[in-house]
Amino acid sequence: MATKVLMPQLGESVTEGTITRWLKQVGDSVNKYEPLCEVETDKVTAEVPATVSGTVIEIVVEEGTTVEVGKLICHIQEQGSVEETTETLPIETKDTEKEQEKVSENAQQDKKLNPHLNRDEQSNVRYSPAVLRIAQENNVDLTQIQGTGLGRRITRKDVLSYIENGLPVLKVDQTLASKDQMKKQQPETKKVLNQESESKEVKISPAENEAGIKIDNLKVEAGDQEIVVNNVRKTIAKRMVQSKNEAPHAWLTVEADVSDLVLYRNKIKNDFKKKENFNLTYLPFFIKAVVEGLKEYPIVNSVWAEDRILLKKRINISIAVATEDALFVPVIQDADQKSIYGIAKAIDELAQKTREGKLTITDLQDGTFTVNNTGTFGSILSAPILNSPQAGIITMESIVKRPVVYQDMIAVRSMVNLCMSLDHRVLDGLVAGRFIQSVKQKLEDMGKKEVSIY
Amino acid sequence: MAVISYIEAVTMAMREEMKRDNQVFVLGEDVGVRGGVFRATTGLYEEFGEDRVIDTPLAESAIVGVGIGAAMVGMRPIAEIQFADFILPAANQIISEAAKIRYRSNNDWNVPMVIRAPYGGGVHGALYHSQSIEAIFSNVPGLKIVAPSTPYDVKGLLKAAIRDNDPVLFLEHKRLYRLVKGEVPEGDYTIAIGKAEVKREGEDVTVITYGLMVQFALQAAEKLEKEGISTHILDLRSLQPLDKEAIIQATKKTGKVLIVHEDNKTGGLGGEISAIIAEEALFELDAPIKRLAGYDTPAMPYSPPMEKFYMLNPEKIANAIRDLAQF
Amino acid sequence: MEKTMHSSLGLTEQDVIDMYYYMLLARKLDERMWLLNRAGKIPFVISCQGQEAAQVGAAFALKKQKDIILPYYRDLGVVLVFGLTPKDLMLSAFAKAEDPNSGGRQMPGHFGSKKLNIVTGSSPVTTQVPHAVGVALAAKMRNEELVAFTTFGEGSSNQGDFHEGANFAGVHKLPVILMVENNKYAISVPIKKQLPVDSVAVRAQGYGMPGYSINGNNPLEVFQYVKEARTRAINGEGPTLLEAVTYRLVPHSSDDDDRSYRSREEVEEAKKQDPILVFKQYLYDSGVLNDEKHQAMVEKIQREVDEATEYAENAAYPEPESTLLYVYEE
Repeated sequence: MATKVLMPQLGESVTEGTITRWLKQVGDSVNKYEPLCEVETDKVTAEVPATVSGTVIEIVVEEGTTVEVGKLICHIQEQGSVEETTETLPIETKDTEKEQEKVSENAQQDKKLNPHLNRDEQSNVRYSPAVLRIAQENNVDLTQIQGTGLGRRITRKDVLSYIENGLPVLKVDQTLASKDQMKKQQPETKKVLNQESESKEVKISPAENEAGIKIDNLKVEAGDQEIVVNNVRKTIAKRMVQSKNEAPHAWLTVEADVSDLVLYRNKIKNDFKKKENFNLTYLPFFIKAVVEGLKEYPIVNSVWAEDRILLKKRINISIAVATEDALFVPVIQDADQKSIYGIAKAIDELAQKTREGKLTITDLQDGTFTVNNTGTFGSILSAPILNSPQAGIITMESIVKRPVVYQDMIAVRSMVNLCMSLDHRVLDGLVAGRFIQSVKQKLEDMGKKEVSIY
Repeated sequence: MAVISYIEAVTMAMREEMKRDNQVFVLGEDVGVRGGVFRATTGLYEEFGEDRVIDTPLAESAIVGVGIGAAMVGMRPIAEIQFADFILPAANQIISEAAKIRYRSNNDWNVPMVIRAPYGGGVHGALYHSQSIEAIFSNVPGLKIVAPSTPYDVKGLLKAAIRDNDPVLFLEHKRLYRLVKGEVPEGDYTIAIGKAEVKREGEDVTVITYGLMVQFALQAAEKLEKEGISTHILDLRSLQPLDKEAIIQATKKTGKVLIVHEDNKTGGLGGEISAIIAEEALFELDAPIKRLAGYDTPAMPYSPPMEKFYMLNPEKIANAIRDLAQF
Repeated sequence: MEKTMHSSLGLTEQDVIDMYYYMLLARKLDERMWLLNRAGKIPFVISCQGQEAAQVGAAFALKKQKDIILPYYRDLGVVLVFGLTPKDLMLSAFAKAEDPNSGGRQMPGHFGSKKLNIVTGSSPVTTQVPHAVGVALAAKMRNEELVAFTTFGEGSSNQGDFHEGANFAGVHKLPVILMVENNKYAISVPIKKQLPVDSVAVRAQGYGMPGYSINGNNPLEVFQYVKEARTRAINGEGPTLLEAVTYRLVPHSSDDDDRSYRSREEVEEAKKQDPILVFKQYLYDSGVLNDEKHQAMVEKIQREVDEATEYAENAAYPEPESTLLYVYEE
């Protein structure tokens, strides 16, 4: 076995040494601890002993040469061995992987001890003093900035680059997206932002606040609890204010007799569950009826765009899905091309994604009309706020059994209210009335005709 | 311009000052014929004789105390404490006497003296040849403390210390003695005590440090640059008085501050620097101030893996910078 | 005491009268400070009483404006001879701005005046010994004909700084005089519990210098030994250790009560050897002093002490904000 002999560290603070004389030559045999060469450093001159017994087989560093501590100076062939090269290392350079590991473990430990640097912490709503100060000085609305720090924290650099580059304001859809999705979709997000920022940018001057409340007059009393408004909440607030302020809302309510639909659904729901592995609710039927109505009255499936009204060809139904602390509005794309089953399936998937926080950008964009199943809350009457810039939104209230006049007799029927808000800039009562009557009719007929699910 | 080592800069500064002013003299253990155990006084004995390069008895309090006496009557002694670890017998002379003489005499007497002390670890020096002692003395108004990181700074600061009319504790990191070489002009120049220097400009994280750790931080910064992390490095150079303005400016640069020192964490200078930032620059902060420092053990052990565990290195510093950058 | 001892030492009649004057002045100033303390006017007194002969005798053997002295806190007699005035010392006692020692920063007894070659002192004992050695080193390096003279108590001779300083001075043969004022007590601890030897002077042997134990109640004997030590020092023969044996006639300080550790009988016995009484008798016996002259001297001193007290009491305190000055050079 050939052993490497390295330049030893001769004295504290010494980093190099000069070989002044080799006391052994190639081919000489040497005993352990016998002097090999003389080394001079600026602190000492010393003889360097052999670390093994054997034969000097190669001198790497010539006399008169200065080398760093730890550099190979010669090879000694150990007695009775041939293969492998081992190193006799001066302590200074001994750097085994194990030790390296220990060091990084150590660093890990330090990290764990720092509560501020916990990677899992979501800190996008906690601002550093620097961020707050810069934002105030420059009238920057921090909710408009996407954080790049730990847990999406907005960093000082984020604010500075926002101010400097005038980076586009975040679109609502992005802030609604979950954090996991956010990370994965970042490149795409940016693209979308750039495309749409010009037409859809939402600007709120810092002097105003989203809800339009005069904050100064708010009195906080003992026992009052202050809840910090997070980004999602702020976005919801902003959108609602915008819609309510910009679109003149008008309301219509009709009641539909869905007794037949109730019977029909009860008849098929168990089989459906068995076969498809998810519940068949009333909502797909309702959406189906809405989609059919929209096909009849295309103007309802449109968007107000100031100088024109945009009739959308595609029928993409936004559905409101509430979670504990936020409202998401995912979209059933091309609902007009789907059967009741297809719609049911889409609802199920979107609801699941929402709950798991896995919605993607495409799940959230391009809605043309909104259906809200307020019945799940037990509501029987709503005045929904438009999902701007869409021209209409319709709710399906709770199905309740009520005594009604049915074929000129009092009967107990399953009744449901359908409430619609319309953007009066786009629609008038007439067309809206016709549309909602059509939806009611279709809904009532579905049960009677036992419409096909597939 | 000559490229010389850190310790050669120490020698050069002393030689030039001894030539310039014959009140300047050196005293300490083994500083004469031997030229110092680290060879810092090499050649001075031959050049200036035994009267000005004095081998003293082995007694630190006398080395400093005698130096104080000579300084009070106008000499400019440079006292060498062989290892900073051995300075404590002289602590009473440094703290109760040298640091207080101007104040207690209402500006009548003063002590223009330099106390040189090799400090710091990473040299297999174990408990009593590795210590950092700056924190012990940084709570002593009246004393100045200098801890340079480059040969250039060594020369300029040591000359300034020798010419200073107050006592200066001049801390030389012994690992740097032969590790670092740099360009040092032959001619006369001084660097003002109490002035820090930005050793590297950066945008993401500010590192405030001194001594050997400046070199380690520079290495870490080099590595991190490839990862897209830009590091701003402030070398304090003087530890007493601290350059508050530079600390605040460096904080403003990135809003994220990492303070690095080899000295124990608790009660170390990092606490003082943090407090300055908290008091003066709260609204510049974008992250908690982080300290990377020696463990709170009495000192670093001899056994190589233990020493390595204790010592900071460029990798540990890079990890800490990375964490802050990501915050 | 030989009646003509002073003339054999080369001292004139005026010299010995001056010596006595300084001893008495020190005593009277010290007594006044105690009164002021007990009257609540000054916070602290540390005394020279019983050690005046050693102090004044030694100071007379030195060269004012040439030699450099590093006195310890009881050395009222030394610093008066070297030029601090009763007014200066009262200003220090009252901690007034004009105090030349420290501008009211230090307690009384912490003497210092650069122009009078009195090196500033501190409270941790014996730190001045290495300083004195350093002063002597500088003198040697510059070939200046002067000595450094420092004093300290017998208890302080146990401190490392005494031994480190004495050793350094011995090794380098430096012109320094180390004088112990052995007043028998280090606050309450008597000499037998401080030293395993009878005399501090024997410690000189370990540091290669002569050591002498002398009668500290006789200013002329102290004068003689200090003068000889000075001559040796100037001649390059190195340092000398002197032990002037005295007795502290009063408690350690105004905050001490010595009744708890020594008997009244012992103190009364010591008072019979009060150096002021002994030297007064010598001067009477030698025909240098008589009642008339003595009375005149006492009245002069009384006036000086009164004036000094009056002046210092009415002098201005330092500006509070001046607390922040002179940490470093400004």
